[in-house]
Amino acid sequence: MNYHILKKDELDGFIKKLSKKMKVVAPVAKGTGNFAFQEVKAASEIALQYIPTILPPKKYFMPQREKMLDFDVSGAKPVDKAVVEAEEIAVFGVHTCDLAGIQCLNMVFSERPRDYNYLRRKDKIFLIGLECNDYCDENASCALVSSHIPSGGYDLFFTDLGDRFIIHVNTQKAEELVEGMGLARASHADTAALEKVREHKRSAFKNEVGVDPRKLPEIFAKGVKSKVWEDVGRRCVSCGNCTNVCPSCYCFDMADTINLDMKTGSRNRTWDSCQVETFAAVAGGENFREERSDRQRHRFYRKFKYSVDKFYRFFCTGCGRCTRTCMADISLKETLTSLVKENV
Amino acid sequence: MTEEIKNSNWKLRKGKIIAAKQMTAAEKWFDIQLEDGELDHEPGQFVQVELYGIGEAPISICSSPTKRGSFELTVRAAGRLTDAMHKLDVGDYVGIRGPFGKPFPVKVMVGNDLLFVAGGLGLAPLRSLINYVMDNRKDFGKVDILLGCRTPKDMIFGSEVAKWQERLDVGFHCTVDRTDPDWKGNVGLITTLIPGVTIQPERTFAVVVGPPIMYKFVIAELLKKNIPERHIVLSLERHMKCGMGKCGHCQIDHPKNYYCCKDGPTFTYDEVKEAKKL
Repeated sequence: MNYHILKKDELDGFIKKLSKKMKVVAPVAKGTGNFAFQEVKAASEIALQYIPTILPPKKYFMPQREKMLDFDVSGAKPVDKAVVEAEEIAVFGVHTCDLAGIQCLNMVFSERPRDYNYLRRKDKIFLIGLECNDYCDENASCALVSSHIPSGGYDLFFTDLGDRFIIHVNTQKAEELVEGMGLARASHADTAALEKVREHKRSAFKNEVGVDPRKLPEIFAKGVKSKVWEDVGRRCVSCGNCTNVCPSCYCFDMADTINLDMKTGSRNRTWDSCQVETFAAVAGGENFREERSDRQRHRFYRKFKYSVDKFYRFFCTGCGRCTRTCMADISLKETLTSLVKENV
Repeated sequence: MTEEIKNSNWKLRKGKIIAAKQMTAAEKWFDIQLEDGELDHEPGQFVQVELYGIGEAPISICSSPTKRGSFELTVRAAGRLTDAMHKLDVGDYVGIRGPFGKPFPVKVMVGNDLLFVAGGLGLAPLRSLINYVMDNRKDFGKVDILLGCRTPKDMIFGSEVAKWQERLDVGFHCTVDRTDPDWKGNVGLITTLIPGVTIQPERTFAVVVGPPIMYKFVIAELLKKNIPERHIVLSLERHMKCGMGKCGHCQIDHPKNYYCCKDGPTFTYDEVKEAKKL
C-alpha cells in the first residue's frame, strides 16, 4: 500500500501544480446548499465539505451532448468522419458513491460492441477521490450498497485527517504525479489515523433500508406487481430529473444537427430518460411503457435487478440525488423500504 | 480537442439506392448497394439507416442473403425520418450501420416444416427468410405461407406473392380484414387461416411477424395446434436507437432483461412469453 501525506495548507499548491498539467475540475459551492463540478484554479474555490453535486461527474465521461460524427452533404455523395471530443482532465474530490457510478459506466461502455468515444475520454481523465468521513445527509443510502468505503476506481484517493490529507496512490500515472510533486510518505501514525476514520465510519454508516442487500434481486423478482409502483406512478410527473442526476444512468438518444450552411452537420449523442413518455414508443403507435408506474418500476429494476443479472452489481450507488431532486418527493429509501416490507 | 476516431462503432457505410418503387400508398421499397462490399446479413436482421441531417432509424432487411450485391428495405412512412426517406430515389445515398440483431434460427429449422405467418408490414422482415427458404427449398419440409393485410391495396410484394401462390412446393393462403370489389380471396383476420392448415406440430416451426396486437391471437391459435412454444418464432418491434445494447430504448420488460437489438429482434415464444407486452 502506497500512502502519501499532503498538509491542508499545501492543497492550494497541489491544485496549482496539477492545473499546469491539465484542466482541474472540483466541487464548487453554488449557493442554497447546491454544489457543482466545475473548473478550478485554486484550492480556495473548492468545497471540501459538500453533499453530492447537482450532476455527478458522469458529465465528464458521458457529456450531456457529444459529437459522434461530422458530415458534409454538399457533394453528390455524403462524406463523414467519426470523431471524439476528449481532453485531459483531473476530477478532484469525487466521493465514493460517484466513483462507484463511474465504475458502472465503465462496465457498460467496455462491454462489446465497445463504445470507443467513452473509452477514449475515460483514458484522459485523472480521478482523485475524496472520502466522506460522515453522512452527507439523510437521503444517502451508500451503506446499503457498500459504496461508502472506497473500492478502487480512482488514481488518487484523499482522506481528511484534520490538519492533513492521507492520499492513497492507486495507479502508475498517480505514482508519477505524486513523485514529481515530492509529497512525503505517510507514517505509521498516519495510516493508524486513517484506520480510525474507517472504524468511525463502520459505526456511523448503517444499512439505511435494513435489508440484506443480497436479498434485493430476489425481492425485486417477486415485486413486479407490487403496489409500490402504482404509488410512485401516481406521484411521478415524468420530468426525468431522477435519471439525469443519476451517476449510473446512461440511456441516450442520437440526433442530427445541420449547420446554417445547409451542407455540413453533425450527429450527436444526448442524455435520454426512460421516465419520458415516448422513451419506449415505436413508429407504429405502440408504446411499450405507457404508464408512469411502468416507467418508475423500470428505473428501479435497472438499478437493483437487471444490473445485478448483467453486471453483477447494483447500479444504485446510494448517492441520494434522485430523492433530493424529485419534485414529487419520491424517495428511493422509502420506495425500497415499502417494497421490502411487501415482498420479504 | 476533437479528434478522428478510427474504430468508432458509429461509423457509417455509404449505401447507394440502385432501385426504388412505391409499393402502396404508405410503403416504399429500396434496393441499396454498399460502396464497400456486401452487407453480409442473415435473415431477420436489421440495419440503421441514416439520412444525413435528419437522423437514423432501424429498418428490417427484407431481402434474403442469397441475393448478393445489394440488399432491400421496405419502409412505411410513419415519422419524420421515414417520411423523408420516401422522398429518396435512385442515385441517392444513405448511411448504413449494421447488420444488427439475432437472425431467425435457420440452422435449427433446417429439415423441418415451416409455417410463415405475416401480418401487414411484418411480411418485410419475414420475406428475408421466405426467399432464403425458396432459394434453399430442398433443405426444408412442407412450407406454408399465411398472409394477412388490412385491405387488398395494402398488400406489399404483390407480384412476388403471386409467384409464391403458383408454386407447387408452397402452400399459400391470404386474407384481408376489409375487402374491396375486385378481391376474390378470403376476408377475415389472419387467425382464421390457421385452423385450415395441416400441421405435424413436433416437426413444424411457425415464424410469425406482424404488429404487436397480432401476436397474442396468432400464438393462441398455434398453441391450439400443439406447436411447441420453442417452435414459435417471433420478431419483436422496439425502437432500437443504437443497435449495440446500450441506449436503453429497446429493452423488453421481461425478467431476462432482453435488449431487442442484441438478444432479438427474433425470439422463440418460450423465451419471451413472460414479457409484459410482445
